Amino acid sequence: MIWLWGSLALWAAATALNVALAGSSLARSRAVRLLIPALFGVTLLVLWEGVVRGLDVSPVILPPPSAIGARIAGDLPLLWTDFVQTILKGALPGYAIGCGAAVLTAILIDRSPFLQRGLLPVGNFVAALPVVGIAPILVMWFGFDWQSKAAVVVVMVFFPVLVNMVAGLAATDRMQRDLMATWSAGYWQSLVKLRLPAALPFLFNGLKIATTLALIGAIVAEFFGSPTRGMGFRISTAVGQLALDLVWAEIAVAALAGSAFYGLVALIERGLTFWHPSQRARV
Amino acid sequence: MTVIEARNVGLTFATNDGPVHALKDVNLSIGKGEFVSFIGPSGCGKTTFLRAIAALEHPTEGTLTVNGMSPDAARQARAYGYVFQAAGLYPWRTIAGNVRLPLEIMGFSKAEQAERVERVLALVDLEGFGKKFPWQLSGGMQQRASIARALAFDADILLMDEPFGALDEIVRDRLNEELLALWARTGKTIGFVTHSIPEAVYLSTKIVVMSPRPGRITDVIDSPLPRERPLEIRDTPEFIAIAHRVREGLRAGHGYEV
Amino acid sequence: MLPVLTVLLAILALWYAGAVLMNAQWARDQAARAGVEIGVAEILRDTMSQERPVLPAPHQVAAEFGKTVFGTKVTSKRSLVWHGWVTLSATAVGFALGSAAGILLAIGIVHSRAMDLSVMPWAIASQTIPILAIAPMVIVVLSSMGVTGLLPKAIISAWLSFFPVVVGMVKGLRAPDAMQLDQLKTWGASKGQTFWKLRLPASMPYLFASLKVSVAASLVGAIVGELPAGATAGLGARLLSGSYYGQTVMIWAALFAAALLAAALVGLIAAIERVVLRRMGMAR
Repeated sequence: MIWLWGSLALWAAATALNVALAGSSLARSRAVRLLIPALFGVTLLVLWEGVVRGLDVSPVILPPPSAIGARIAGDLPLLWTDFVQTILKGALPGYAIGCGAAVLTAILIDRSPFLQRGLLPVGNFVAALPVVGIAPILVMWFGFDWQSKAAVVVVMVFFPVLVNMVAGLAATDRMQRDLMATWSAGYWQSLVKLRLPAALPFLFNGLKIATTLALIGAIVAEFFGSPTRGMGFRISTAVGQLALDLVWAEIAVAALAGSAFYGLVALIERGLTFWHPSQRARV
Repeated sequence: MTVIEARNVGLTFATNDGPVHALKDVNLSIGKGEFVSFIGPSGCGKTTFLRAIAALEHPTEGTLTVNGMSPDAARQARAYGYVFQAAGLYPWRTIAGNVRLPLEIMGFSKAEQAERVERVLALVDLEGFGKKFPWQLSGGMQQRASIARALAFDADILLMDEPFGALDEIVRDRLNEELLALWARTGKTIGFVTHSIPEAVYLSTKIVVMSPRPGRITDVIDSPLPRERPLEIRDTPEFIAIAHRVREGLRAGHGYEV
Repeated sequence: MLPVLTVLLAILALWYAGAVLMNAQWARDQAARAGVEIGVAEILRDTMSQERPVLPAPHQVAAEFGKTVFGTKVTSKRSLVWHGWVTLSATAVGFALGSAAGILLAIGIVHSRAMDLSVMPWAIASQTIPILAIAPMVIVVLSSMGVTGLLPKAIISAWLSFFPVVVGMVKGLRAPDAMQLDQLKTWGASKGQTFWKLRLPASMPYLFASLKVSVAASLVGAIVGELPAGATAGLGARLLSGSYYGQTVMIWAALFAAALLAAALVGLIAAIERVVLRRMGMAR
């Protein structure tokens, strides 16, 4: 019982501290703005540990964070193998191919408003579909290994990035295009010097969304069939064996990978679109 | 020497609500080195006419020649620089980068680009600001950079569409003076669209008063004011007389509509 | 309309071509095994009607779809309508729960600085985490606690629809600019009045935009929730059994049913959005 009450007390104290910090002038500093959510997260973990231990929850239902941590530490090679299979071999190549194809397609259909008016509604429609459903079909075509997972990722990221890129290419206003006309600039000059840089903020919006989609695609595709490694595979088999601490360990790795991937794209975005108001605004 | 010649120029837009006569029976000759202002209420066709000279619009009637060629040919020969109402600088390029942009497109050598950028930035009093980004500059400075950009490739004609409209009066006065000095130094032919009567009278050698529905010229005033003009000239009786004539022309064309 | 139709027709044409190309190998293998020569015309005919094609032809999918939707009793376990209903019910419950919770949390975030600073970073960060990976575990854990059927899937759907709604609603509730908020202050409006009269109406376009995203996410959640072993009902289960037994046409028909369901759900929200925004005078 001491676990339960102790953690509840700690959670209450931390929340009080957070409320105090948030209301004070200290909240303006960057360090405090990072501290508050971090404190929130840590106390959630403590509460989790406390409730599980205090109420004697079976590890088959919900393992405590300490057990998960132990599993991560103890099973690093396994987690690494799965990470390589799913993220490095499945998600990343699929992401690169899918996004690249989407950008190229957007540029190709740029000169044909007819094709744009036809492809965009179709693209918006496909982007809303449960694309993970095509995983079994792609496994049938490309086999069990990482290629089919990469293929699923390609299909998942293609349309959101295409829609965003087309929006980006259309983002220049009439005045800018007229100015280019007064210099008698050709189509490619105008594309490279004006429209592509102007499209970058939109493109990155799509690329960031695509990072999450890539991860989901790669992992869920493995639920449909996979060689004996990979994060999705590990999760579904560990669930079958009720080894829930391993499942949580894999999810923790997935969460870290997802955040790191997103963070990396956001960093590149900051470098390439430093000039955009959203990057310059200091809240 | 006539640089821009318009004969019976007409421009009709077909819209959902019927045809719009943006320009009708426009006859005008602009000589080399003149500073011509176009003034009139919204819809009188002044911007449309400027854009037609720039080959951004095409007349549906009459003939329009620039430097003896069609406006399209003149555009391809890079005969003019265009300054819009907004500076329209690229936020991802420095000021120098922005001024360099048309030079890159037109294929000037790197060395020439550098030399020209420096020269025109000095002309508009922006030396030392080349490495800054547009958002680091005030509105007036951005507009000066935009003018520098239009001057960079030595076009003989400068077309300006209400370039100072978005700026406050004090900055505007200063830029008016600088523009006149620039004109004196470079001897370009300038077409200038404005809403402001004092600005039109202060800057021009010729004032073209226009009125809407259909867009047409109601008066062409050759200014008797000397080329050298300090700002104080705006308080002299000659200036006021010309401004009065412009106002009359506007009122006549406008009728009683608000 | 015409461009869309053209694109769809082009896709259909490519699909037929693809079916011929991809199923041709099987046709040739069968012919070789029987020791028979096979010509182009036979290949064309055969590839259009194989039982286990690599790529089913559009008319095959349409036939299977028609059979399992219209030709089968709605209460039968072979009916796509029945499977669709199973998935839809989980989706709807999950979507309702998740969106409601999301809206409430968003209101809390906008009105409490502490909640804003502690929860919002996690809400945004959570969008980078593949939450769907948790689905199998949630199903198994809940079933070992005796909770089966619709509820576990609804929980996954709720979880997936929760975060887009939080992020979108927070953006929407914060959409009014400083000028409008100051105006209300000069009239002595309370926080509650500001909420009901300004923030809530202003947030409607943002809310609907994120509802469309989250209903699609809810559907995916319900489908993935049907994947863990033992599921026999729902479109996800249908996809899985089709993949286990090599019934490609069944997979494609189920996929189409899922696509139609997604389109219908998003379309429904879009229709509601149009009506609401028009009555509020915010229609664009």
